[in-house]
Amino acid sequence: MSVAELICPAGTPSALRTAVDAGADAVYCGFQNATNARNFPGLNFTPQELEEAVAYAHGRGAKVLLALNTYPPAGRTALWREAAEIGARVGVDAVIVADMGVADHIARAHPGIRLHLSVQAAASSPEAIRYYCAHFGVKRVVLPRILTIAEIRQIRKEIPCEIETFIFGNHGLMVEGRCSLTSYLTGQSTNMDGVCSPASHVEYVRHEDGAMTSRLAGFAIDRFGPDEKAGYPTICKGRYNAPHRPEGYYAFEEPISLNLAPMLHQLIEAGVHAFKIEGRQRSKSYVRTVVSAFRKAVDEIRAGRRADLDGLVALTEGRKQTQGAFATKKWR
Amino acid sequence: MSEIATRIEAGPPTPGGALSRVACLVAQPFLTRIVRRIAQRHPALFARLGAHCRTDYVIDPVELPFALHLRPDPERLILRATPRDRLPPAGASIRGRFLLLLELIDAEQDGDAAFFSRDLEIGGDTEAVVRLRNALDDVDGSIAEEAADMFGPPGRAILAQLRRRYRHVEPQGDGR
Repeated sequence: MSVAELICPAGTPSALRTAVDAGADAVYCGFQNATNARNFPGLNFTPQELEEAVAYAHGRGAKVLLALNTYPPAGRTALWREAAEIGARVGVDAVIVADMGVADHIARAHPGIRLHLSVQAAASSPEAIRYYCAHFGVKRVVLPRILTIAEIRQIRKEIPCEIETFIFGNHGLMVEGRCSLTSYLTGQSTNMDGVCSPASHVEYVRHEDGAMTSRLAGFAIDRFGPDEKAGYPTICKGRYNAPHRPEGYYAFEEPISLNLAPMLHQLIEAGVHAFKIEGRQRSKSYVRTVVSAFRKAVDEIRAGRRADLDGLVALTEGRKQTQGAFATKKWR
Repeated sequence: MSEIATRIEAGPPTPGGALSRVACLVAQPFLTRIVRRIAQRHPALFARLGAHCRTDYVIDPVELPFALHLRPDPERLILRATPRDRLPPAGASIRGRFLLLLELIDAEQDGDAAFFSRDLEIGGDTEAVVRLRNALDDVDGSIAEEAADMFGPPGRAILAQLRRRYRHVEPQGDGR
């Protein structure tokens, strides 16, 4: 049986302390700039806050993973170098990278730092993963959420590093690190600026009948009826009219969250080393609830017992959940 | 109780009137003291708010006879109880049931989940709302209890009473 580390999100120092106290084995977080893929207003850590967070986590036996998982635009690599330098100085346990240049820089300039390959690298084949391991010394890959458990089991046999999979949160089916949908409307990049549907471009319009329209950069993404559950205002989860679907339909994905609670045992048996909970943009309440629930579930499984884990649907997007590709590639 | 029945009502409640103005007069001295104390004890809030310190937020607890006007400017803090027909133009607005808003302030509820379930409405500048949410979420402990503690046992009794009074109409996760 693999270790089944629980990797938990933190958007603020207080959320990090909450995650550690709730039983996280490791917490991942980022700086207040474009070096990470959750560069949202008011979120993330200053260098001093990260230093204090590392001390707090280490004092309680937890690790801190620094997300530097965006792609530096040409000629603007200094921010990523500086972030890596700070991470090394304050003693983070690993850096999560996507860009080869960032990986190469850290491998050379900070050889003592453990590297994890972000889901933003979209490495889903043994060949791609082995390349990152061979050239940059990557010790763990965070797999895209597009693989079945059978495929994960096979990949595990063919790679020399640990596997981390998402178990809860954003369903994330776009080819991560390659998705430019937001850029077309807002001019800001998910992959280089760290902002998918930047809040500055989002608008919610309430109608007299209780319906709500969500807009991104002036374009309607969805219109939720008075009694309909809502989702994030991302283009990939928008509902659109088309000549062949005049009633409106979800062209890419639906507002729904991944929840692999019933599959934890199978994932462990497939060789997954670490379970990742998505949601650095979510609240402490979310962190406390989800981390506590999965902590208990993982401990039950480690003790050879069945894990009962339900009641998380209230925290899911659109109040709907799926096991996605992990169960079948015909989930829609 | 069904989810639909617990959702916030479509129409604005209690637009103004004598009751609203009296309630504002009663609440205002307490609000002024509370916002000053919270700002004094949690200065890091303002760093996370950034330029939105000067945004006019309208916070609308739908069951109360007034809404709140918040401008979290450390140089000139405003938290004002205001009749709904006298509110200033809102840079950003947040609307929901009183207890939900209280629990969001205290990070006892998840704002995204409340938004997904349609129990929380936001309008105006979304970035301002996100910044305020993240700033409040980084505060350790309960802001509501800090505020209640300022007024000793009567303050704590009033907070407990408010929680009891409004809890029975709060929506619950349906567990599906």
